[in-house]
Amino acid sequence: MIPELGHFSLILALVMAALLGGVPLYGSFHGQSRLVALAKPAALAMWAYTFTAYACLTYAFVTDDFSVRYVVETSSAQLPLFYKVTGVWGAHEGSLLLWVMALASWSVAVSVFGGGVPTQVLARVLSVMGLIGAGFLLFILLTSNPFERVPMQPEGRDLNPLLQDFGLAVHPPMLYMGYVGFSVAFAFAIAAMLGGRLDAAWVRWARPWTNVAWVFLTMGIAGGSWWAYYELGWGGWWFWDPVENASLMPWLLGTALLHSLAVSEKRGLFKAWTVLLAIGAFSFSLLGTFLVRSGVLTSVHAFASDPGRGVFILLFLATVVGSSLLLFGIRAPRLATTGSFSLLSRETGLFANNLILLVMAFAVLLGTLFPLLSDALALGKISVGPPYFNTVMTPLMAALAVAMGAGLALRWRQDQARRLARVLGLPLAVALLTAVLAPWAFGAGLPGLAVLGLAMAGWIAFGSIAWAVRLRKAPWRWSGANWGALLGHLGLAVTLTGVTLVSVYSQAADVRLEPGQSHTLAGYAFTLQGVEQTQGDNYQAYRGTMQVTRGQDRIAVLHPEKRVYNVESMPTTEAGIDPGLFRDLFVALGEPLGEQGGWSVRIQYKPFVRWLWLGGLLMALGGAAGALDKRYRRLRQTGDVVPPSAALAQGA
Amino acid sequence: MRYAVPLGIFVLLLGLLWAGLGMNPREIPSPLLGRPAPAFRLPALAGQGAQVAPADMLGKVWVLNVWASWCSACRSEHQVLVDLAKRSQVLLLGLNYKDQPADAGEWLAQFGNPYAAVALDADGRAGIDWGVYGVPESFVVDQRGVVRRKFTGPLTAETVSGELLPLLEKLRAEGG
Repeated sequence: MIPELGHFSLILALVMAALLGGVPLYGSFHGQSRLVALAKPAALAMWAYTFTAYACLTYAFVTDDFSVRYVVETSSAQLPLFYKVTGVWGAHEGSLLLWVMALASWSVAVSVFGGGVPTQVLARVLSVMGLIGAGFLLFILLTSNPFERVPMQPEGRDLNPLLQDFGLAVHPPMLYMGYVGFSVAFAFAIAAMLGGRLDAAWVRWARPWTNVAWVFLTMGIAGGSWWAYYELGWGGWWFWDPVENASLMPWLLGTALLHSLAVSEKRGLFKAWTVLLAIGAFSFSLLGTFLVRSGVLTSVHAFASDPGRGVFILLFLATVVGSSLLLFGIRAPRLATTGSFSLLSRETGLFANNLILLVMAFAVLLGTLFPLLSDALALGKISVGPPYFNTVMTPLMAALAVAMGAGLALRWRQDQARRLARVLGLPLAVALLTAVLAPWAFGAGLPGLAVLGLAMAGWIAFGSIAWAVRLRKAPWRWSGANWGALLGHLGLAVTLTGVTLVSVYSQAADVRLEPGQSHTLAGYAFTLQGVEQTQGDNYQAYRGTMQVTRGQDRIAVLHPEKRVYNVESMPTTEAGIDPGLFRDLFVALGEPLGEQGGWSVRIQYKPFVRWLWLGGLLMALGGAAGALDKRYRRLRQTGDVVPPSAALAQGA
Repeated sequence: MRYAVPLGIFVLLLGLLWAGLGMNPREIPSPLLGRPAPAFRLPALAGQGAQVAPADMLGKVWVLNVWASWCSACRSEHQVLVDLAKRSQVLLLGLNYKDQPADAGEWLAQFGNPYAAVALDADGRAGIDWGVYGVPESFVVDQRGVVRRKFTGPLTAETVSGELLPLLEKLRAEGG
């Protein structure tokens, strides 16, 4: 009964989404305010029905309703309650429902917090989001119904053991909120183009929303990387896998959009460009969904793709992106840029930022689609792996770092080289000095990659700090935007430091240890004390005990595990990790070897690996600070909107 | 005109993705096709010193199915194999890949045994010789001991009736 209720709710959500997508939009063009006023209640109804469907699916999971195919495939009676709740998005159907849930939540948020936006514009924005929601709901109902019934099964097939983990439980909702959040900026851009008024107003409305979406996406990506690090068992943190790339591309374009919105708002420049980026960031989110869900890129190990779904998403992608780009082609020529700026100015810096981020996104796209491309050109199916991405991304990152270090200190319109040298001379010197001196602390010479990476990170960090010092204000008087810029840039510097040091100075050893034997790595002695069998809720495990000492000091006792889940009988590796701000010690159990209780063990020393995610956290904080800037709150409270003519005057 | 450039790029991308949907990511050409089946001589799951080797199969058309008890995709395939073994004269050999003999035996006891014999490839050596990417995979070998076809991923009822059975028919007709 409950699953049918969920199914019915989903159909009603589709009806509401279609209503939201059509009626207020029609009303806004024909001056019918009663139709326009339908937008808010329709958005709320779409959310309520989607939520009901979502709650029904969760109920089916929690009550072990094995007459629902999706529950049979992704859950089991033995699964701990927490993972039953998070298992709802553990596979295709449920994660799509989560996607729609995120979209509906964003729509409601826009209708609640969009107070300062004129009713007509708000109605169009919500309509665009309704249309997107309708597309996805139709997709779910036609190809991926999570409520489909099967004859009652005695037991489910259990959630993929890799997904039975806290990190994974929280990171997909974050990612989805980020992906889908770019739909708000997209909807504002479309609404502005439909209205034919691409002034500074839409930019100001869209900006805080873009920030918040970007924060979610940043946290989602960082969380995914963290999860891969400790759960996949071999200590990697980024694999350039199509699924990861699918989240990185919208992030790169979203970052470009954040910066381009700043130029459009402050200076009225790059208007067409900003609109294009708003379309682009969301299009890449959709493309990511297509790549992940259609199976065009799945490896031989993912045997669960369905071409019917691929065709639907591709048609949807073609409709949404194609029509927006068509609209852009028609409207954008009206956007004559009025302002000007000199070569040495913040505008130039932000332009460089946009260009580099865009090139990065396309480089990732090319690498991700390369197997497809080479197959289409009959060259055979060739994948380009990490070597391609590392080779291409390193110089691009270096170029971006050069722009970033100077970026904040640059002045709008025009700057003087001499002034800039005065401000940035010291940070540059300090950065270079650190880059040359810090490697000595690790011993073993002066690797070029370490110097390059540290110089980039130092330049960004010290350049940004120099800018902050010159604000000549106490930190508690800084605006949200000031904090946002500083934290965002520092965060990237921290991540970059982590990437550099962990890439250059990690040490690893694959050794065979019997109980009592030890191995020394990077000055730490790892002694295997024993491996015993233990029993979890829904798995059996070998649990190792490994003592780590350094000289006379006992550092940690680690417990790496090798689990076999009862239902899926798939082995997973739970690494034993001793985390630290400056280094992680990482131990993973391999296979039992020989009769004497020996095991193959992988031991790793990973310096500064935490900085990767710490930097992500800082960036996210920066994005949040930017979104909370006072001027957006003022906008909301008073409903005070810059009239287009005034905005134009400002921009000129 | 330049504002139409993004649309143009997007149309090109769409074309590529459309072509991609028509291609099958599972069709990975195997260098083994048209070559003699790699030799192995491995202990049989049945035990009692029995051994399994492709060399013993000369003169027959047979299918090598690579599987393991830890592989969840194999479970969906298994029913297809059991049905296949019941209703046709297919000579099906299993290569039990990187598995525990006890687990493998228990699996067959529980889900049925479609195999004429199962070779135990505990360390995956034979799997490497055969170029196994992932489990499950199936290879069709003809009467002269030459590998003629490889199926990556689980066999489905459609691939069995649409591709595998006609191919076996054809190979049997070819004769030695």
